[in-house]
Amino acid sequence: MIVSREQQLGIREEVDVVHVRREVRRWAEELRFSLVDQTKIVTAASELARNTIIYGGGGAVKLRLVSNGHHTGLQLVFEDQGPGIPDISLALQDGYTTGSGLGLGLGGAKRLVSEFSIESKPGEGTRVVATRWR
Amino acid sequence: MAQPKTKIPEIIKRSEQDLLKEWTEDQLQRPGRQRMLVKEEELKAQCKSFLALLTHALQTGQSDIQAPEWGEVREMLAQLSAARSVQGMTASETANFVLSLKKPILARLRREIRTAEALGAEVWEITDLLDNLALHTTELYQNSREEVIRRQQQEMMELSTPVVKLWDGVLALPLIGTLDSARTQVVMEALLQKIVETGSGVAIIDITGVPTVDTLVAQHLLKTVTAARLMGADCIISGIRPQIAQTIVHLGVSLNNVSTKSSLADAFQLALQRAGLCVSVNGTARLDKAR
Amino acid sequence: MFRLMGRPGWTKPGNMERIPILQMGRLLLVTIQVDMHDRLALTLQDDLTEAITRVGARGVLIEISSLSMVDSFIGRMLANISSMSRILDAETVVVGMQPAVAITLVELGLELKGVRTALNVDKGMRLLDDAGGKGSEASIP
Repeated sequence: MIVSREQQLGIREEVDVVHVRREVRRWAEELRFSLVDQTKIVTAASELARNTIIYGGGGAVKLRLVSNGHHTGLQLVFEDQGPGIPDISLALQDGYTTGSGLGLGLGGAKRLVSEFSIESKPGEGTRVVATRWR
Repeated sequence: MAQPKTKIPEIIKRSEQDLLKEWTEDQLQRPGRQRMLVKEEELKAQCKSFLALLTHALQTGQSDIQAPEWGEVREMLAQLSAARSVQGMTASETANFVLSLKKPILARLRREIRTAEALGAEVWEITDLLDNLALHTTELYQNSREEVIRRQQQEMMELSTPVVKLWDGVLALPLIGTLDSARTQVVMEALLQKIVETGSGVAIIDITGVPTVDTLVAQHLLKTVTAARLMGADCIISGIRPQIAQTIVHLGVSLNNVSTKSSLADAFQLALQRAGLCVSVNGTARLDKAR
Repeated sequence: MFRLMGRPGWTKPGNMERIPILQMGRLLLVTIQVDMHDRLALTLQDDLTEAITRVGARGVLIEISSLSMVDSFIGRMLANISSMSRILDAETVVVGMQPAVAITLVELGLELKGVRTALNVDKGMRLLDDAGGKGSEASIP
């Protein structure tokens, strides 16, 4: 995979989530994603950015323009030095119902992108890579 | 940046007729598609026009083809590229329009310029210019080709996704042919968009013309119905044939919350009911069933 | 006739931004036009429940046609407002959801249970009028 452009954004407070949404939207528009695909990746970014604050204690996201020979895509790499996720497969399950607030929203975010990977070790932080191909 | 005056414009003017003849014939001689796609009269007119514009621009002494002095030349080439890409000519055939001019011009330069140094300079000048113009033509060609493809895709999509207004607030989407995942997605997005645009509360998705439905397609249909509901509209799926009904059950797809009707007519009647409308004859009687 | 509702101290210096709530008789109308951060969403939740009680509102219309994205937090907020308003004897209708947002919510797996929706303000008001009567459901049961 070739990375041809990268931008890093800090995620420390709530307002940064809005900033991340805006930048991801801007990149997605520039990369000429369809409106639906734009919305999907912006929504995924919002979920993951929020997680970075709430569960990661703050961190950063890298926005990358990537290509794998056939396709161009937008890749988001979320990293934090938080407590980590003890059980990833559990976290990926849909614990979602409106009002109960369970679940990390990872399962949902995963469905919104083309490729999704998550590395996390308790005590070592978490790294989520989400890619949407055009 | 302006260069010292080149002799090329004069040389061109002096032997314009012959030049044109040679250049045009060379292009018409080329084997293959080019001969058949461009009519002789049309080509002659294009060559004449280009040569005139080229000479005019050369006389300004400007050697950068992106400069304003070359604006008219670029404009003419843009039109030529667009026309040729629509005609189905290849990029090289289009660039060849410019490149085939080199031979006759260089031949004349060799005849008319005596000193080796001057000849060298002029040859370099015109070669560089024509090469740049040819490259420019190729880029223009590619741009218009992409535009054509994009427009064709758009038209194809619109033709294959006719969303029809049956009544105020009632839309119908008759799907025909085998649906693949990609097409279904596109079609569904178009339907949702139309729902918003027309403010229609009911959309009938008719799949009478769809021979088979696989899991992905069934899921897309369901997602669309769910999305429409989220927006505040209702979907009715009609025209489900027995085989498709079986497939859906086998696949374990649940249609519990979705209204289905076997015919478009029944679906339309249900839609009218939902919209609070009824059909009456001569303002009095009320038709109960659409038969 | 509209009257702007807000907490006293609306123009207190250093006051955080709020989404305005308009009142039309016993109906409250909210138009969400900004990209909301979580705290703003929670403030809206609080402001609305307070306004419903203060005015004795029977209906709440939340207009979201300008929202280009609804994530799980905002989705939950809408669901919460629906539930809370119902407890306070008012019906909430969310109107104007954009197709891209709806498609994404479905993909996200967010059901928005109990949230009533309509295509636009007009239809939303009609839904609220009917709410006393036959109450036609336009959203997921």
